[in-house]
Amino acid sequence: MFYSPLPMHIPDGFLSVIVSILLWIVSIGVIGYSLRRVNQDLNERQVPLMGVLAAAIFAGQMLNFSVTGGTSGHLMGAAIATILLGPWAGVLVLTCVVSIQALIFQDGGLLALGANIFNMGVVGVAVSYFTYTSMQKILGKSQWGIFASGFAAAWLSIFIASLCAALELAISGTSPANIAIPAMGGIHALIGIGEGLITVGALAFLYASRKDLLDKTSTKTVKGNLVWGVGLVIAFALAIISPLASSHPDGLEWVAEQKGFLDIAQGPLYNIIPDYVMPGISNEAVATIIAGIIGTLIVFGVALGVAFSRRRSTT
Amino acid sequence: MHIHFLDPFKAIDSPIHELDPRVKLVLSLAFILTTAIIPHGAWPVYIFLLAIIFSIVILSRLGFIFVLKRSALALPFVLAAFPVIFTIQGDPLASFNIGNWQLIISLQGVERLLSITLKSWISIQTAIVLASSTRFPDLLMAMRAIHIPRLLVAIFGLMWRYLFVMADEALRLLRARLARSGDTGLSDKKSGGSLAWRAHVTGGMAGSLFLRALERSDRIYNAMISRGYDGDVRTLPQPPLGSSQWAALIGGLGLLFILLVLSIIL
Repeated sequence: MFYSPLPMHIPDGFLSVIVSILLWIVSIGVIGYSLRRVNQDLNERQVPLMGVLAAAIFAGQMLNFSVTGGTSGHLMGAAIATILLGPWAGVLVLTCVVSIQALIFQDGGLLALGANIFNMGVVGVAVSYFTYTSMQKILGKSQWGIFASGFAAAWLSIFIASLCAALELAISGTSPANIAIPAMGGIHALIGIGEGLITVGALAFLYASRKDLLDKTSTKTVKGNLVWGVGLVIAFALAIISPLASSHPDGLEWVAEQKGFLDIAQGPLYNIIPDYVMPGISNEAVATIIAGIIGTLIVFGVALGVAFSRRRSTT
Repeated sequence: MHIHFLDPFKAIDSPIHELDPRVKLVLSLAFILTTAIIPHGAWPVYIFLLAIIFSIVILSRLGFIFVLKRSALALPFVLAAFPVIFTIQGDPLASFNIGNWQLIISLQGVERLLSITLKSWISIQTAIVLASSTRFPDLLMAMRAIHIPRLLVAIFGLMWRYLFVMADEALRLLRARLARSGDTGLSDKKSGGSLAWRAHVTGGMAGSLFLRALERSDRIYNAMISRGYDGDVRTLPQPPLGSSQWAALIGGLGLLFILLVLSIIL
């Protein structure tokens, strides 16, 4: 009852040491930067605000509603935390929640904690933030604009975070990519709907009672709209392409069969890829997509780094 | 109903409980890291690791059943790893035909799955013993000692302090909904309106929980300010490690190092 309902907290033993340590380094960097940013904004208010809100997100995960046949919808809270507090504080709150879940309740491993913080705290928050602010720009600050952006932010944050988890498992050679990605993506596409509905409910409540809280975050937009726009498009493309691509694990073969030249192509088709590119990925199409996703993430990371170093030097 | 049972700490008198939290944290992390580094299929070393963690569980007097129950959390991921027995190519053990698909179980695949399962089981037991034998404030002190940023540790500490308050708040919200929704407790009779409506109500509960948390954090902040808080979290200096604690630390790390060397030789 008291562990997180999402099958997204990777336990120890499922990630290779290299993946774990790399993601620890990324997470530590982001947490360090977030600590500095939040400290600038809030100063000594930071500790009580972050601490109590992290506790609230943790407790909020106990709230559920029945869906059907014993299953229920839950809240993870990345989107609502980001919308209420902004991205940097959101990273800290989610980091605290995920860390306490791992440390105290063994929900997720300690060595894998870096990866779990990355998936939920960094990716989940970043996706929520970009989705919410970008959609608000398009839809405006009307009531329905806020709700629609909130739903999209919540759904996408869960979905993309689960794809990241699946990808990490695949790269570690723990779970084949053409099974892990559609399985994780599929489950979380459904779970994300529950998350989205609860987030909208929470936003509706806050819109009615404390509208000022929702106005505050939208003014804190980070500069460089084009960059975020492009990032959002990439995220969307990722969300749509990767499960589609991996639901046909033998994409090339499938196409060949459809076209009726499977017999002719049989020999050379398998010679193109004599070795595994990655564990569990037996065809070029999926491998390319994975490589593409990793590339996108690296490029995005570098771009973010450059953008922030520029911001700091100008201010 | 209060939610103090959330705390996994069990006050038992045992050598593991008496170990300095700093030593315990470092050794636990080192043990989990060692388990992760040891290659798949190094069975003799796994036996050593299992022997170590079992003896620690026994020494801690937490009870084997208790640890076993809590370690079931990692099970869904074993399911996620299950397909590797088919996808890793190697010496075939058995094969199935499902429709047009031919699934071949390979020896290497089974080895990989067993290794992953064992590794994750060993690691999660370590984490369970750490959490159940160490008070959280002690764990915070240990985190400060290994130089996790003070601010982050302070936030952890405050979160822990209010976790139970907020969880109680959430339970009250749930109880209030139950009281108003006419839930019969029968599984064949649904309570509440449409799915969207139920989600909306739950969302409203989450919203009010966050609002209460925000307001509570304001009051806590004011209380802290009035008691002289200036943004710096002050803590007592940590006592030096005793000689027996040093011995445990060095002995433990030495043992793990030997196991690592063994795994390379074997």
